[in-house]
Amino acid sequence: METKTKFGNSEGPSRVDGRMKVTGRAKYSAEYSVKGVTYGVLVGSTIAKGTIKTIDTKKAEGAPGVLSVITYLNAPKIPGYQTDAPQPKGALKIFYDNQVYFNGQPIALVVADSFERALFAASLVSATYDKGEHQTNLKANIANGTAPRNGKDYIRGQEDAYKTAPIKIEQEYIIPTEVHNPMELHAIIARWDADDKITVYDKTQGVKSTQRSIAQAFKLPPENVQVTAPFVGGAFGAALRTWPHEIAAVLAAKVVKQPVKLVLSRADMFTSVGYRPHTWQKIGLGATADGKLVGITHEAAGQTSAYEDFTEGVVNISQLMYACPNVNTKYKIVSLNVNTPAPMRGPGEATGAFALESALDELSYAVNIDPIELRVLNYAETDPSSSRPYSSKFLKDAYQLGADKIGWSNRKQQPGSVTESGWLTGYGMGGGLFGAYRGAATVTARMMADGTLILQTAVTDIGPGTGTAMVNIASELMGVPAANIRFDMGDSSLPPSPTQGGSQVTSTVGSAVNDACKELKDKFMQLNGTNEGGSLDFVKILKDHNLPQLEVTTSSKGGAEQGKYAMFSWSVHFMKVLVNPVTGVVKIDKAVSVADCGHVVSPKTARSQIIGGSIMGTGMALMEEAVIDHRYGRLVNNNFGDYHVPVNADIPQVEALFVNKPDPYINPMGAKGMGEIATIGVAAAIANAVYNATGKRVRDLPITPDKLI
Amino acid sequence: MEDDKSLLKPQQGLHPEDNSRRNFLKQSTLLTAVALTPVAAVKAAESHMDEKIAEAFEKLPLKMEVNGVAKSLQVEPRATLLDILREQLDLTGTKKGCDHGQCGACTVHVDGHRVNSCLTLGIMVNGKKITTIEGLAKGDDLHPMQEAFLKHDGFQCGYCTPGQIMSAVACIREGHANSEMEIREYMSGNICRCGAYPNIVNAIQEVKEGGIAV
Repeated sequence: METKTKFGNSEGPSRVDGRMKVTGRAKYSAEYSVKGVTYGVLVGSTIAKGTIKTIDTKKAEGAPGVLSVITYLNAPKIPGYQTDAPQPKGALKIFYDNQVYFNGQPIALVVADSFERALFAASLVSATYDKGEHQTNLKANIANGTAPRNGKDYIRGQEDAYKTAPIKIEQEYIIPTEVHNPMELHAIIARWDADDKITVYDKTQGVKSTQRSIAQAFKLPPENVQVTAPFVGGAFGAALRTWPHEIAAVLAAKVVKQPVKLVLSRADMFTSVGYRPHTWQKIGLGATADGKLVGITHEAAGQTSAYEDFTEGVVNISQLMYACPNVNTKYKIVSLNVNTPAPMRGPGEATGAFALESALDELSYAVNIDPIELRVLNYAETDPSSSRPYSSKFLKDAYQLGADKIGWSNRKQQPGSVTESGWLTGYGMGGGLFGAYRGAATVTARMMADGTLILQTAVTDIGPGTGTAMVNIASELMGVPAANIRFDMGDSSLPPSPTQGGSQVTSTVGSAVNDACKELKDKFMQLNGTNEGGSLDFVKILKDHNLPQLEVTTSSKGGAEQGKYAMFSWSVHFMKVLVNPVTGVVKIDKAVSVADCGHVVSPKTARSQIIGGSIMGTGMALMEEAVIDHRYGRLVNNNFGDYHVPVNADIPQVEALFVNKPDPYINPMGAKGMGEIATIGVAAAIANAVYNATGKRVRDLPITPDKLI
Repeated sequence: MEDDKSLLKPQQGLHPEDNSRRNFLKQSTLLTAVALTPVAAVKAAESHMDEKIAEAFEKLPLKMEVNGVAKSLQVEPRATLLDILREQLDLTGTKKGCDHGQCGACTVHVDGHRVNSCLTLGIMVNGKKITTIEGLAKGDDLHPMQEAFLKHDGFQCGYCTPGQIMSAVACIREGHANSEMEIREYMSGNICRCGAYPNIVNAIQEVKEGGIAV
């Protein structure tokens, strides 16, 4: 029986850009009508390591409509690339030399006057190689892992203290490569407006950082690079940096002297814009018989490319999550013939939380203590890593809220002991944390004569509803209805604000909106000669002073509070799963996620964000895995038919709950980030529920049916 | 031989009286002859004849009605309906998410039925009526499904949204929205990576139970 509130929770104001999105009027990067636009299609290498011996572009160049075929042989020099050859460690330099580092690495870009012609011509490009011996297998190469530069092993208390404890858990956990796969394909339209001036419509999480990267590559003043991205069709970390294909499009537009549109194919999305790296982990947990943690040892090795070191905080969670006197962690990276990973939602922590929260669950059975009780027993009241007090932490409230909602009291400690309609049934939970930050941002707030409030800053919105949250903050402060507030964003010519990532935008940009609104209000009060800001009639004041508008531009950033307190957002996820005892199919029956992320400034979008994070974690737990055929070093499932992400039928009504208690220190709104914690801990919650249902502990994701039968 | 002949017959959807296909075949024979003569071919290439020949022969006429407006186009037979909508008609509300019929972002209605426009060649819809997301609202009045998606926050980034909405409308029309489970099943051809599925289901249920014809 499906019970729920009538059609879910639809309370609260809708997204400020929602109308644009439901009518198809929202324009994403590939959708700008640009005069004289031409089309680029990339050609990828067919080996994983070696050098290009010959590259035949003649047929492609002769094909109808083809304007240019760019390879390392004919590509104009990119000024920012020019250092001592060959490519030093760092971002892949496209069309730089004949080196091949991974299978699918772009070796040519075909530009034609239509997409169809470019696509066909791209099929005519062929290359021969001097093949090297590639390495794409993480497991086989773990011994070659190295500590990253500046990466230090962490020790608190005694090393490997878990080994001395009465109760020991020592297990290895593996996550495969998981690919961001936002629904919008990465795309860029590049148009040179003058020899030293360019406009790009680009999929990016940060218009300012893209502006800097393109300016640097082509040695242009940053203000000569216009980056426009008011709508971004998802990213999850895949558009945090400027990728080689973006540089290639800018270069190509220079070559053909016409604007170039380059839209990656779905297959390109697997090899061009990062992924959550395949990572091996080992956890050692030691505890007393009554469940008190004695020691945690957490080791991890994640894959990176052959040309660039990618690191993430996989083991940090073990340093931070629980009160434990002895903790040591080791992290290394393994260089393989693959493209460089990228931070993916809950970067590092989501990987680490799978291991740590699975291990905690294993410990709960070993000491026969309820998993929530075990966590409460080891609850950290101050940050165990820095010993600083938390700015706020209401994780116990979150445990309670979630346990009540999922019906945790129905859980049986004995695994494999409950069936419902022939399906094995189990409950699991897992949580996590992510650093809460407040960076620097500048916002212009302008009150117009008709009472419209315009807010402007460069930040992008990849989906969480940044515009909506900012409008909510301004509406409350100024007493202006949301419908009369316009939020301009995603444009590098606007005042600077950070890249959307790391769960910091609401805190950072929201603070700047807050400060700008306050300053604007002060200005009105001065004009009006009053100290009471409560009921200002902005329209009347402007009219009385014969002003067409009044504006302020305010910069805002976090202060000393960030050094005094340890600031984190917390989450806990609860899952009830059904496992078919014959087929091994896992169905999520009920999912509840609780966020302790301070004051929630935009309830409707926040709820959606938490639900979305839970679903992404469900994909990580049950289906997502990019598979390489190591004989060729090539991905075999680089499409949505073979790389499975959750679809509607996989997902029940996910409940999102908030503690919703403001953080008194982080920022004026008391709001902390929630994008990352929405996913961190989900995979463990599902693995733990599957164990509770079946008695089978799956430590290598995804939990596919074959692992359960 | 019967089979060979049938290949030359106009396909369903092409106007029988339209002899452009026969002309095309005739002319491509000429093109082959030209191509087989090296000197002529080189000359042709030098004077960009190949461009002109390709331009003339690679296109076919396409007549369709898009959102109630008659469109008459010249398209390459290999051009998909999706690319024609986005690149030639500037109807970018229909999205490209995979180009392989695996994600549903490109869903439009052809004669009232939902189809993946990326798996549909433009010439296959000759004479047909296409509705895209841009044709769903009546002026400023949103379609009930658009209203419901707004109200229930059935999206985040918004990229899969037009395809979801077109699919959702068809899902009700097909009679496949009778329960939460049925909606989930019949909406599983539309991937949402932001994970708005529960909200999408709620939106569809509300429209369905509202009883307004969609």
